[in-house]
Amino acid sequence: MALVDPTRRAILAQLERTDGVSISELAKPFAIRLPAVMKHLGVLADAGLVTRSKSGRTVTVRLRPRPMREAMEWLRRYERFWSTRLDRLAVYAESKEDEARRKDR
Amino acid sequence: MTSLTLVRRIKARPQIVFDAVTTAEGIAHWWGPDAGPVLVAEVDPRVGGRYRVRFRLLDTTEHESSGEFLKFVRPKRVVMSWRWAGGVEDPGESRVEITLKAISEGTELTFTHSQLHSEETTRSHEGGWTGALDKLEAHLAALTAV
Repeated sequence: MALVDPTRRAILAQLERTDGVSISELAKPFAIRLPAVMKHLGVLADAGLVTRSKSGRTVTVRLRPRPMREAMEWLRRYERFWSTRLDRLAVYAESKEDEARRKDR
Repeated sequence: MTSLTLVRRIKARPQIVFDAVTTAEGIAHWWGPDAGPVLVAEVDPRVGGRYRVRFRLLDTTEHESSGEFLKFVRPKRVVMSWRWAGGVEDPGESRVEITLKAISEGTELTFTHSQLHSEETTRSHEGGWTGALDKLEAHLAALTAV
């Protein structure tokens, strides 16, 4: 649900370009008021997609790398899965090639 | 949704590699990802024909994938839809494409599994993170092309 709203998706896209920005900087490109941006950030933080940290009067917003890492891990699992198979395919095809060459002789 | 591309150079002519990829006898030799047996390999090798492969892993779990041939051009290219039975690993339908190119040492095989979707990749896609996944794909392709 956190990603249904286009403003929230735009916020994430902006964080991907410039991670670790203050809320006021983050709010600049959007034609909405700061409290509305805060509300969107609250939803994204609840979904585990961003973190907010306060230093003095500035609140800094960052993307959380974990969901991203999970996506990459998942893709790597697929990569290993196919890589092993293609190795076996190569071994098998090469043995068939040898067989065919012996027959040609 | 995202995709994965791997490249292999095989010391065998394209006709032999193509048959290894598309015949029941060939599939039985390599489809299982570990030393576990392939239990069922059914192939109807033509556009619109279906395939079904069931295999058991060494951890005794059984898995089945099936789909339809969308393109079938011997000995150059085969495209098939791909679906896991039970939908555990990946809930949707994805696409496997294998392209063969004759090279001096035999065949260059390009394997692409595309339209992959998991909860995570869907989320990252929506979050605008596909750029990073694309980079990872390029990296994997570079690694495996060696």
